[in-house]
Amino acid sequence: MAQPLVKKDDDRDDEAEYSPFLGIEKGAVLQEARVFNDPQLDARRCSQVITKLLYLLNQGESFTKVEATEVFFSVTKLFQSRDIGLRRMVYLMIKELSPSADEVIIVTSSLMKDMNSKTDMYRANAIRVLCRITDGTLLTQIERYLKQAIVDKNPVVASAALVSGIHILQTNPEIVKRWSNEVQEAVQSRAALVQFHALALLHQIRQNDRLAVSKLVTSLTRGSVRSPLAMCLLIRYTSQVIRESGSNSQTGDRPFYDFLEGCLRHKSEMVIFEAARAITELSGVTSRELTPAITVLQLFLSSSKPVLRFAAVRTLNKVAMTHPMAVTNCNIDMESLISDQNRSIATLAITTLLKTGNESSVDRLMKQITNFMSDIADEFKIVVVEAIRSLCLKFPLKYRALMNFLSNILREEGGFEYKKAIVDSIVILIRDIPDAKESGLLHLCEFIEDCEFTYLSTQILHFLGIEGPKTSDPSKYIRYIYNRVHLENATVRASAVSTLAKFGAVVDSLKPRIFVLLRRCLFDSDDEVRDRATLYLNTLGGDGSVVETEKDVKDFLFGSLDIPLVNLETSLKNYEPSEEPFDINSVPKEVKSQPLTEKKAPGKKPTGLGAPPSGPPSTADAYERLLSSIPEFENFGKLFKSSAPVELTEAETEYAVNVVKHIFDRHVVFQYNCTNTIPEQLLENVSVIVDASDAEEFTEVLSKSLRSLPYDSPGQTFLAFEKPEGLPAVGKFSNILKFIVKEVDTTTGEAEDDGVEDEYQLEDLEVVAADYILKVGVSNFRNEWDNIGPDCERVDEYGLGSRESLSEAVNAVINLLGMQPCEGSEVVPPNSRSHTCLLSGVFIGGVNVLVRLSFGIDGPKEVAMKLAVRSEDESVSDAIHEIVASG
Amino acid sequence: IPLPISAFFFPRTLQRRRYYFIMSLPYTESCPSIKNILILDSEGKRMAIKYYSDDWPTNSAKEAFEKAVFTNTQKTNARIEEIAMFESNIVVYKFAQDLHFFVTGGEDENELILATVLQGFFDAVGILLRGNVDQKEALENLDLILLCLDEIVDGGIVLETDANVIAGKVASGSMDAGASLSEQTFTQAFASAKELTRSLLK
Repeated sequence: MAQPLVKKDDDRDDEAEYSPFLGIEKGAVLQEARVFNDPQLDARRCSQVITKLLYLLNQGESFTKVEATEVFFSVTKLFQSRDIGLRRMVYLMIKELSPSADEVIIVTSSLMKDMNSKTDMYRANAIRVLCRITDGTLLTQIERYLKQAIVDKNPVVASAALVSGIHILQTNPEIVKRWSNEVQEAVQSRAALVQFHALALLHQIRQNDRLAVSKLVTSLTRGSVRSPLAMCLLIRYTSQVIRESGSNSQTGDRPFYDFLEGCLRHKSEMVIFEAARAITELSGVTSRELTPAITVLQLFLSSSKPVLRFAAVRTLNKVAMTHPMAVTNCNIDMESLISDQNRSIATLAITTLLKTGNESSVDRLMKQITNFMSDIADEFKIVVVEAIRSLCLKFPLKYRALMNFLSNILREEGGFEYKKAIVDSIVILIRDIPDAKESGLLHLCEFIEDCEFTYLSTQILHFLGIEGPKTSDPSKYIRYIYNRVHLENATVRASAVSTLAKFGAVVDSLKPRIFVLLRRCLFDSDDEVRDRATLYLNTLGGDGSVVETEKDVKDFLFGSLDIPLVNLETSLKNYEPSEEPFDINSVPKEVKSQPLTEKKAPGKKPTGLGAPPSGPPSTADAYERLLSSIPEFENFGKLFKSSAPVELTEAETEYAVNVVKHIFDRHVVFQYNCTNTIPEQLLENVSVIVDASDAEEFTEVLSKSLRSLPYDSPGQTFLAFEKPEGLPAVGKFSNILKFIVKEVDTTTGEAEDDGVEDEYQLEDLEVVAADYILKVGVSNFRNEWDNIGPDCERVDEYGLGSRESLSEAVNAVINLLGMQPCEGSEVVPPNSRSHTCLLSGVFIGGVNVLVRLSFGIDGPKEVAMKLAVRSEDESVSDAIHEIVASG
Repeated sequence: IPLPISAFFFPRTLQRRRYYFIMSLPYTESCPSIKNILILDSEGKRMAIKYYSDDWPTNSAKEAFEKAVFTNTQKTNARIEEIAMFESNIVVYKFAQDLHFFVTGGEDENELILATVLQGFFDAVGILLRGNVDQKEALENLDLILLCLDEIVDGGIVLETDANVIAGKVASGSMDAGASLSEQTFTQAFASAKELTRSLLK
């Protein structure tokens, strides 16, 4: 029976049989756990059973409530045993079971006894267990012991108490805050880890008190913190203090920089790296400050430890985004990392080099990368492709080499995401670099000759249809496109037909040939392909019918569908076949998810193929289209300005609401973007009730509620107000979200029939004068200023009181006025005592306004400002002064 | 001409924004934290695991993470601490025979701190298993390994990184283990193995 155990490892095939847990089963182990109740405890046996229970939990097995309670109660019996090993396992088991409050009471007295035991091991562990499972009420009872333990001479006990303190601080901060003195004493401990834990806790206790944190850092950076981990903490806290103290030092020397720089010479690599990283992340770091940090990181690049190389190259990669010049010194070390065994390191090295490389090194780099690409995973390849795309945009002259590289890797094996990244990059290069267009399109054509991804084929065909006809020789693309009709699946065939039609519509000389090809498509086996061919032949006049006017055809072929596809789909599903044809105008145009989603994922805007070829429309266009699709707003005239969304709820509340203010000449429309974040609820008849008693000049004229607001799909409700024509009326509005809430069964997704009316208080909203000024820049401020002339000039001086810095004051005024800073004058050079800022904009009613602001610091941080306004209308100049005076 | 100076000028929006800045604490002000520690066998199955973060709330999420980590590192020969990134986490790892050790931290964590934890854990297990760091030995001493996990990190906070201290804490706690560490004779080992097998057959 014991035979296998004395066997040597060489017999690996039977390995599984060695496992003491082979065939282990929960029911049987729970039965075994009855030994815990034996009057004569067998400590060894009990330990083994606990190990088995822990093994089961570790494997993902879970105990029912009843099972857990039963095990817990029998485990508590084991406190009778004096066996230290068993006690350790009991502690572990109790933590894993995380007993409920009424169960905790059973073990409290046993654990408290252990906390006062003579054995340090018992004390340390009992503290950790008790603090883990206890709730606030018990804490006051044991607080005295914990305070003592913090300053205990045994480091294990002290650490146990301190770490428990860090955990408890999250739930019962008021109790832990009373331990400040003891924790402070522990910071001076000679034991490395006690110092680390004490420092972490002390900082967390004081984290909301800037002054206290600053004092802590000041005293510790002078003293001797021994533990490397504690040093890392101190470096983090120091960076925090530096960040919060701002750049108000007059001498230009950064406080505590010397400390950080000193840490670069620490004996522990962990500390050196933490300090180097902290320096690279200082806001507005100068190259003089960066140099020593870059030097140590460069040394790490050639370390034998992969972790060090990775850490260094990752940090340098980040630095390269903001200070590419500072990293160029490391380029040689970086290039040798391209062949690093660890592919993460190699990829980071490549992308860093792509960021720091200059135009002359591009060709050499590309050669190295070509060798490297074949043996890395797709996810890394995507990173490289993206880096190459931005490099190409940086050096457009090098497009040939980079485009060649992209087309080469496009031909090699790869998954969908990787291929999509390459295609997207080529599309972007075609769009942004006119010279690259023809060769790029041909590369794409070659790619679809042998492309296994239907999505990419259709997207490329669509893109070809738009860009191809505009090239010097459109005919050469036809062959590639028509080949699709022969060789591909129905989806691709159908898009190829559409693409052919686009060529036919734009290039007259090709029309007869296109007609021949389209006619052949009439015999396709697929309905959609045949239908499209018929339709296009008809619209283009290929079947001899009367041709529609040129413009209509092009609108039809190239215009974008201004109806959300989802809406069209529902309408089509609801349409019942009858004499009356389906009317596309009956489809609602309200967009369900608008800017809200856009805001949620910044930087994830559609690029490449996903985006419309003319580049994504600006938000202003999107708003304008949205508003014009709502008939009630039709007679409001032209939209003057839409504000940025203003949040009316805190982040992570039940309902997220923000509002966009749309200003018209005589009206203001509030667009409330609402999101319901509760899966169990469906909201109906959602509207916002506004109290405009603090906005006397506004009269509510219209409210458009939202019929339903399901979970996580944003919707909009609108409110329109009338206001005096052309005047910048201001006011404050209080908002209440009103709706009927229905419970939703999340398993079936069905809502209950009965709902309850409910309200939700939103934050107030203000219409301010800046909402009436459009940011419009002028190319030559001086000329414009002279052109307008001094006829309607208004000049006045203002004291702005004590400000943190000149640049803060400048920004405050710019934000207040909502105007466009000109000629980079919004940037205040550091340490300057005076500054002139130029602003331009268009006031409601279409009046151009120019503003010249002269700032000066007077005494300690007292800022004064001279405001000169020129416009074509006196009342507008006065209005600007009014805004500043009442700001 | 001297002009009047109006001294009230302080937009409210600005005050609010600064307040927000103080409230949002970036990672650099937080304590280093460990998200999980894993030991997987040569097929990627669990030997011993401990999660300290809520990033993987269900067992299947945990298993998916373990699978991804295992398959992506399988090809490497991590005799010394290696490193990789998965799902915005940094994973440091080291292999010994048929055992794979992993320590995971957030993407902004200091990589060297994670490596120090891994090293401490790996070496402590080595001491406790008397140099025989393999699957069989680890399973037979699973209790020691679980205690070892308990002594190295508490709720994500690093408790101790020195392998000798960790192993010492685990061993000193258990008299039996202490004995088995130093001078357990063959007969004793045989007897305890027999006993273990018997208890399993019951």
